[in-house]
Amino acid sequence: MRDFEYKAPATIDEAVTLLAERGSEARVLAGGTDIIVQLREGLRKADLVVDVKKIPELMSLAWRDDGGLDIGGAVPCHVLYNDAKVINAYPSITDSAKIIGGWQIQGRASLGGNLCNSSPAADSIPSLIVEGATCRIAGPGGERLVPVQEFCTAPGANVLTEGEMLVSLALPPAGESSGSRYMRFIPRNEMDIAVTGAGAWLRLGEGGETVEEARLALSAVAPTPIVAGEAEAWLQGKPATEESFTEAGDIARKAASPISDMRGPADYRTHLVGVLVKRALNGALGRARGGDRNPVIPSGINLC
Amino acid sequence: MSENFNHAQIIKDPGDNYKILGTRPVRHDGVDKVTGRAIYGNDVQLQGLVEGAILRSPEAHARILSIDTSEAEAHPGVLAVTTSADFPDLGDKIANLGEGPVNLAHLAANCLAKDKVLYKGHAVAAVAAQNVHIAREALDLIKVEYEPLPIVTDVLEAMKDGAPLLHEGLLTNLVPGGEKAEAPSNISDHHHFKRGDTEAAFEAAHIVVEREFTTQTVHQGYIEPHVATAHWNQDGQLTVWASTQGSFSAREQTSEVLQIPISKVKVIPCEIGGGFGGKIPIYLEPVAAVLSRKCGRPVKIQMTRDGVFEGTGPTPASFMRIKLGVDEAGKMTVGEAWLAYDTGAFPGGVIGPGVMCVFSCYDIEHAHIDGYDVCVNKPWTKAYRAPGSTHVAYAVESVVDELAEKLEMDPIDLRLLNAAREGTKRVDGPVYPRIGLIETLEAAKNHDHYKSPLEGPNRGRGVAAGFWFNIGLKSAATAHVNADGTVTLLEGSTDIGGTRTSISMQLAETLGIAAEDINPKVADTDSVGYTDITGGSRVTFATGLAAVEVGKDIISQMKERAAKLWECEAADVEFSDGIFSQGDNSISFKELCAKLSRTGGLITARASVDPQGFTNGFGVHICDLEVDVETGKVQILRYTALQDAGKAIHPSYVEGQLQGGSVQGIGWALNEEYLFDEKGHMLNPTMLDYRMPTALDVPMIDTVIIEVPNPSHPFGVRGVGETPIVPPPGAIANAVKSAIGIRMTELPMSPPRVHSAITEDGNGAS
Amino acid sequence: MGKKIHVSTTINGEAVEFLCEARQSLLEIIRDTLTLTGAKEGCNNGNCGACTVLMNGVPVDSCLVLAVEAEGAELETVESIANEEHLHPLQECFLEGAALQCGICTPGFLVSAKALLDGHPEPTEEEIRFELSGNLCRCTGYDKIVRAVQAASERMKEVK
Repeated sequence: MRDFEYKAPATIDEAVTLLAERGSEARVLAGGTDIIVQLREGLRKADLVVDVKKIPELMSLAWRDDGGLDIGGAVPCHVLYNDAKVINAYPSITDSAKIIGGWQIQGRASLGGNLCNSSPAADSIPSLIVEGATCRIAGPGGERLVPVQEFCTAPGANVLTEGEMLVSLALPPAGESSGSRYMRFIPRNEMDIAVTGAGAWLRLGEGGETVEEARLALSAVAPTPIVAGEAEAWLQGKPATEESFTEAGDIARKAASPISDMRGPADYRTHLVGVLVKRALNGALGRARGGDRNPVIPSGINLC
Repeated sequence: MSENFNHAQIIKDPGDNYKILGTRPVRHDGVDKVTGRAIYGNDVQLQGLVEGAILRSPEAHARILSIDTSEAEAHPGVLAVTTSADFPDLGDKIANLGEGPVNLAHLAANCLAKDKVLYKGHAVAAVAAQNVHIAREALDLIKVEYEPLPIVTDVLEAMKDGAPLLHEGLLTNLVPGGEKAEAPSNISDHHHFKRGDTEAAFEAAHIVVEREFTTQTVHQGYIEPHVATAHWNQDGQLTVWASTQGSFSAREQTSEVLQIPISKVKVIPCEIGGGFGGKIPIYLEPVAAVLSRKCGRPVKIQMTRDGVFEGTGPTPASFMRIKLGVDEAGKMTVGEAWLAYDTGAFPGGVIGPGVMCVFSCYDIEHAHIDGYDVCVNKPWTKAYRAPGSTHVAYAVESVVDELAEKLEMDPIDLRLLNAAREGTKRVDGPVYPRIGLIETLEAAKNHDHYKSPLEGPNRGRGVAAGFWFNIGLKSAATAHVNADGTVTLLEGSTDIGGTRTSISMQLAETLGIAAEDINPKVADTDSVGYTDITGGSRVTFATGLAAVEVGKDIISQMKERAAKLWECEAADVEFSDGIFSQGDNSISFKELCAKLSRTGGLITARASVDPQGFTNGFGVHICDLEVDVETGKVQILRYTALQDAGKAIHPSYVEGQLQGGSVQGIGWALNEEYLFDEKGHMLNPTMLDYRMPTALDVPMIDTVIIEVPNPSHPFGVRGVGETPIVPPPGAIANAVKSAIGIRMTELPMSPPRVHSAITEDGNGAS
Repeated sequence: MGKKIHVSTTINGEAVEFLCEARQSLLEIIRDTLTLTGAKEGCNNGNCGACTVLMNGVPVDSCLVLAVEAEGAELETVESIANEEHLHPLQECFLEGAALQCGICTPGFLVSAKALLDGHPEPTEEEIRFELSGNLCRCTGYDKIVRAVQAASERMKEVK
């Protein structure tokens, strides 16, 4: 690859100044597991790489007074899934973090980076959506907040304008009687990009038998990760059963508009939406009812 | 300590009485390999070393109109640029390089394209520069003008009249016979064998099954990319450090492509990070050599991973039609095979072995085989572990399974009834000597895996057999005996799987000393005698035999020294179990070594062998799996590989071959394939999307080694390395059929394909 | 060509300094500048694990780390796994269990496996396979590698 300048600013302001000055010539470096590959293969270009890992807010994992969590944009995946409190509060996020790319990738890659890379197949985005994450963005014009489901705009593109960078992801306090799960379908058991991914979050009503609220998000079946709104709405008030989840899966299929590419044909991906939504909802239900929240090793039938 | 490790079941030959053979010493190069000290091709460091990079064609088929390298040459830090213009004109020269004749012009043109590019990724030019980053920058500055031509990548399409022609003058060669077709086509060879009367036999058969199968292009997938360093000295001496499966073969190929005397070329084999047949041909050596000549510095080139996928030698994609007939008792009476293998850009693929292997496991009286090698705009196919055999085994074992079902016979019993044995004549002619297929089938039938019940929906069990020839070829070895009783052994077989130790063990057994007292070295082409490639499952057999002969030479010389000490005739000295004796005199090997200096000096011994009597390896695999019918994904639950190994010299490394080959076969069966777009571009030249099994994708691979000794080798050795990749796709296809009632006739059985088959089938799964 | 950057880091317990371009990977510097050639380039894009090293105790693909990012970090490569006189139990078990054939993937596996056993001394077979799924092997089929890790875990337990 062409050589570039490297700078590692110590504050958000410094980083924003650099990014604003250099515009499209500059790229942010967090974990590097996407951007370095892209620079090497000429898919993205940079004359300046701005390493944000020296900025405290980007590396911080901090519980707020309201019980929610702020995840710095460059916090590596392994930090999240090695933290029992994070697993307990947002299991779908640690599901994602534990399966992105293998252990070595998880040592560097961050959810923030995965989000900013804005691949339609990103593993972290469906879970960030269903856990209700908000993006805290800093730029020359100051700070702004964007709900994570609005962040990506097209394959590889997002709402960040020149000079802006993602600082952190804010997660709301985890709800009672809630559970969540992220699952993806891949042809092997690890190391693949998702053919289809589904994040599911449930809050159960009193008695634990009905769905009080459901959130569903899908990856790899549209130009960006998407919310399966119709299925979410349908689930409200329904019994928390396999039947409901199967029906929800069928409805969710309508939200999908996948392409056929080397990772899967379009109709197959649409079909998988139904399967994964059902399975992810089952997984979320188990956790809402007190089941194990630890990430699942995706090596058996029905676990992927 | 080693009781912690699960060991294979070994069904030993009753005559087995060895001291060293069959034990499990730690490999001699082991410590270097677990501490990071071993020197692989890219670890070579030399004074003044510069690095190179390869420019590859973006077109799948095009004439090269012009190449302008001037801007690249002027780029700061660039030391040399080369194209095929720097290679000599080779005309129609054919050379025999050990495994058959090679068209040198094709070999050279595959290293650097001449006149035409024939596949996307075809090497067109190369640059040497201060570092690899500058070299790669310079590639962008080379201006190549292409005139695109129509492309063809499908093997059947390429056989049709009117298909775009890759080679204007290519006339189909009939094998055997040698007649040539009249009009050019993309079909380079047509192999044809017939015996008996197949038409009448099909009429008379009780059950006939006919099926068509397709497979996709698959790569060997070695973790180490190709790499070579060349230093062309001012005196004309060329030294090459290579990751290669054959230093002598690489030397010959390089000297032929460059048309320089072989005596001017020295190849130093580095430790090699996997080959599986793909590192027998040269790609980088002559290119690095020319760059070195031009800039006067040693030049190292390592291929990028996408360069490996796009620019080296995967195994063919294929179309196969198999038809088998049986009588009421299940005896196979007639077989017909129509096989088309693509060979990629140039003629010289592996249809030959495919044709020889297709019915090789069975005794079939009437048979008719047609096999075609077809050029397409894809990389030139090369050997991949039992080349050509896996394809036909997938097809035939699937049909045999279907016959078993129709006959309501146990699948192993049907195979036992028809199994080839000593004296069976293969359709292409050779008669089998003592072989172990029946013993292997019986061991499979009696194995706990086959006898355990398999319960649960969408779960199934499949069995398949497989065959590979194994070859002999030439090996040499030299040894010198040290005063402390150890022996330094120089041999020329690059070690991809622990062979320096299995060779040492055969020498140790011959001398009656410990394997640890042999000090083996894989030597370069100046330092050891001519040795053919590491491939063909030949090293433990042939280079082992060379070591045995070296051992005999040592013993003979040492007998003379003992005779000197005891003042008797050498002919009266006996040697047994490491002890020399004559009358009341006796002395151990080690003690005699201490006396060598004063009886004439330390001893050097040598041997060159070209053994016959290499013989076949048969394997039988059992696979249990579960299909996720909602997604089409297959999970392997349990896997057992059984094989006749003749004599397992070092059982751990025999087990390793069975396990490694099985997992490669599992990858081939389930997920590995080259995906192409309509422009003939490979879509997935990365290890992300070319999906080889990870540790999480497979269970433990249980192994059973059956020892049916090869009567033509002093220790009974048969080659083992290649056969293990042959049965897996057949075993898995048969298990899928057992699990969900659907016969998959296309590889790989990837989730979308399986799911699509389930949906079309309509009946769904049980 | 960019200006070279001066980097100070610690590798295998020793303080080192080097100069590098921003575009050079940590793998490149470790191999070419520091001449520690144990880590290998298999794919150069994070899909095979042959370049695995530990960075502040965490396994990473060094092909996906810029050399400049090593500033102030603690790096460990396969060359540091043995102590002066003895091999690490993992290395012993890999040798005794014949868990390598061509050996090119072995340094990466040893680094990952050591990190695994250091953090998780008694992993199940499934956990071993999952944590090592980022290291590809084409020769062994993984069976003997997994068994060697299991055996090393036992051996390390006995020593304690």
